[in-house]
Amino acid sequence: MTPRLELDEVTVRFGDSAGGRDAIGAALQDVSVTVEAGAVMAVLGSSGSGKSTMLRVIAGLTVPTTGRVLLDGVDVVSVPTHRRGVGMMFQDHVLFPHLDVMGNVTFGLRVRGDDRRAAASRGEEMLESVGLGGFGVRAVSSLSGGERQRVALARALAPSPRVLLLDEPMGSLDRVLREQLVDELSDTLTSLSMTAVYVTHDHTEAERIAHDLVVLDRGRVVQQGAPAAVAAAPVDDHVARLMGVARHR
Amino acid sequence: MVAAAPPLLFLAVFFVWPVATIIERGLHPDGAWDLSVFADVATDPSIRRVLWFTVWQAVASTVVCVLIGLPGAAMFARFRFRGRAVLWSALLVPFVLPTVVVGVALLGLIGPGGVLGVDLSGTVWAILIGHVFFNYAVVVRTVGATWMTVDPRVEEAARTLGASTWTTFRRVTLPLLRPALAAASSIVFLFSFTSFGIVLLLGGTAHRTVEVEIYQQTARLLNLDVAAVLALLQLVLVVAVLWWFGRSQHRRAVALEQRRAEESQRPAVGWQARTFVAGNLVVIGALLGAPLVVLAVRAFSTPDGWGLGAFRSLGDTRRGSTAYVPPVDAVRNSLQFAAMATVLALVLGACAAWAIAGGGGRVPRWSRFADTALMVPLGTSAVTVGFGFLLTFDRAPFDLRSSVWIVPIAHAVVALPFVVRLLVPAVRAIDPRLHEAAAVLGASPGRVRRSIDAPILGRAIAGAAGFAFAVSLGEFGATAFLARPARPTLPIAVYRALGRPGEWSFAQAMALSVILMVLTVAVMLLIDRLRPPGVAEF
Repeated sequence: MTPRLELDEVTVRFGDSAGGRDAIGAALQDVSVTVEAGAVMAVLGSSGSGKSTMLRVIAGLTVPTTGRVLLDGVDVVSVPTHRRGVGMMFQDHVLFPHLDVMGNVTFGLRVRGDDRRAAASRGEEMLESVGLGGFGVRAVSSLSGGERQRVALARALAPSPRVLLLDEPMGSLDRVLREQLVDELSDTLTSLSMTAVYVTHDHTEAERIAHDLVVLDRGRVVQQGAPAAVAAAPVDDHVARLMGVARHR
Repeated sequence: MVAAAPPLLFLAVFFVWPVATIIERGLHPDGAWDLSVFADVATDPSIRRVLWFTVWQAVASTVVCVLIGLPGAAMFARFRFRGRAVLWSALLVPFVLPTVVVGVALLGLIGPGGVLGVDLSGTVWAILIGHVFFNYAVVVRTVGATWMTVDPRVEEAARTLGASTWTTFRRVTLPLLRPALAAASSIVFLFSFTSFGIVLLLGGTAHRTVEVEIYQQTARLLNLDVAAVLALLQLVLVVAVLWWFGRSQHRRAVALEQRRAEESQRPAVGWQARTFVAGNLVVIGALLGAPLVVLAVRAFSTPDGWGLGAFRSLGDTRRGSTAYVPPVDAVRNSLQFAAMATVLALVLGACAAWAIAGGGGRVPRWSRFADTALMVPLGTSAVTVGFGFLLTFDRAPFDLRSSVWIVPIAHAVVALPFVVRLLVPAVRAIDPRLHEAAAVLGASPGRVRRSIDAPILGRAIAGAAGFAFAVSLGEFGATAFLARPARPTLPIAVYRALGRPGEWSFAQAMALSVILMVLTVAVMLLIDRLRPPGVAEF
């Protein structure tokens, strides 16, 4: 079973541009959220809302100015990214361009010291689980958008992370493919009972995949709850627009 | 196809022929091939020492340059700090400085009576420092420019997969930088291997590279056969390195998703980042700044005290000796030669680049070969070119010895590879869809060339022109043979001033070097502003 994830009063400020955006991302202000063990939480917000920063804080790529990140109650803020055991899928997938598909999927296994053969057999297993059996020798540049997305998923899951973070993983795909992949992804996460945080600006993805939904606006949590509940009663016009519903007055 | 003819013809006449002449004079002296000299050279212990020294100092220079340059490249690629853009341009200054100026600057710092109080001249350390001074920018700018295009998230992805900072660098960043590293190291290796001015000025009598040995064997000892063998050996090695380089470029070319450089840079926050940036700035200041500051300071300190005395004395015609040329004339000669060489190199280089990059439509099959072949003069000994000119063009109708063109032509041979290097990527970068878009909008083919290609290439051409100009201003090895006594260029005048006794002569050498430095820097700063983004770095 994967752990319960909590963010406790997390605040991130960048230099002088507190609240603004700089090269690293948007700031966060007193964000507290809880993802139950094995649950998927969606984070919805427009660009600049701080949703990517939130993922980076969980991954350890950005150190919060104040606040705690807890995995099963243990604060991991001082644990460096590479020892945190957090898997991440990036926007545009960010596959390693100098490695083939198998090299990408087994990267996490090789750096933790698995020998080549064990890594390759686990890698093939992962590729089959995302429907890409036999793709190991392909160059990443030869893959379609959907294939890249699946390789990114296999790569993130191969080292059996404790928590999976997904940063708009469907961002660059067309609508039909996106819906199909969201459903596949949902099945995969359920079967692994993986604690996951799914960042998106698309409410339909959030509704399909998440048990719980957090809406961020300018670095603050403005609403939280089950996707259907948020859609039924958005707290303001901004949330209503994000959820694609008209607000009842 | 047609466009390729002028540059090929030019190189055939002014590069291949002179080199062939040297080989012929050396190995085919009396109408018969005499290869025994190979055996002589191979067994001569002093020449074996020269060969061994040339190789190992080039390897050592390259290794040191890469070790010092990689952190510098990382700093420019990943951090934002005040003065970053200016420093990035200023890095080019040492690289384009004439070897003679660098030699003089370093003599002022670590030579006899140098500011630091240790005399390293004549030691291998002085040579290594000279080569690192010269080539640091090659590593930082070539590798740094590629590093900027590496998406930092690729490194972050590795870290989320369990790779430590070091593992990430070793398994992700370094492989992605490999083409740039190969490019930078091969350039540094070639420049150090064929180093002439630095070794001549700083190496004393004990340390000689093949290039210096060729000069000694021809100009002093008149051993044409030994010089020919050495020139041949050097040429073979240069071609081998270039071939390896070309291969590694093609095999390792990884399509990086280009990112705007600003997106991958962040302010230096935290003590580690601050220390890293500060450390690099100290290295740049000590390695690149100090010699140039010393050079400038010493140009203003004359035997009569501080002032412009050394500069004023440059126009002095009353030196008694009839062979004496007022050094200020050298400025005029240099500017004139540089202008002529620039026009030549630009016209020929543009033709070559157009043909290689397939500017007329399809990329020709021989383009890779031509690309490499055009690089060969870059690594060939300038001394060989200069001496070959003297031997070849001494008979009508090719008697160029007294022609004003002989120096510019030699400079154009040296500058041509740079020009082609800079123009080929610019021609390649023109998206064919731009042509299509313009055609759909009603532009005739001629109009497309005028309104689309010319403006896009304009900046690259301006950049290449500046580079050719700077190369010509600083060229020393070939000019040492070709400049007539009455028409010295600036570097030759500096070298002569160094050779004359007296404190005033040393101050004059410093002052001339400052003039040469200012001219070169002005040209380089100008072209760094003109150079289009994404075009190859040197």
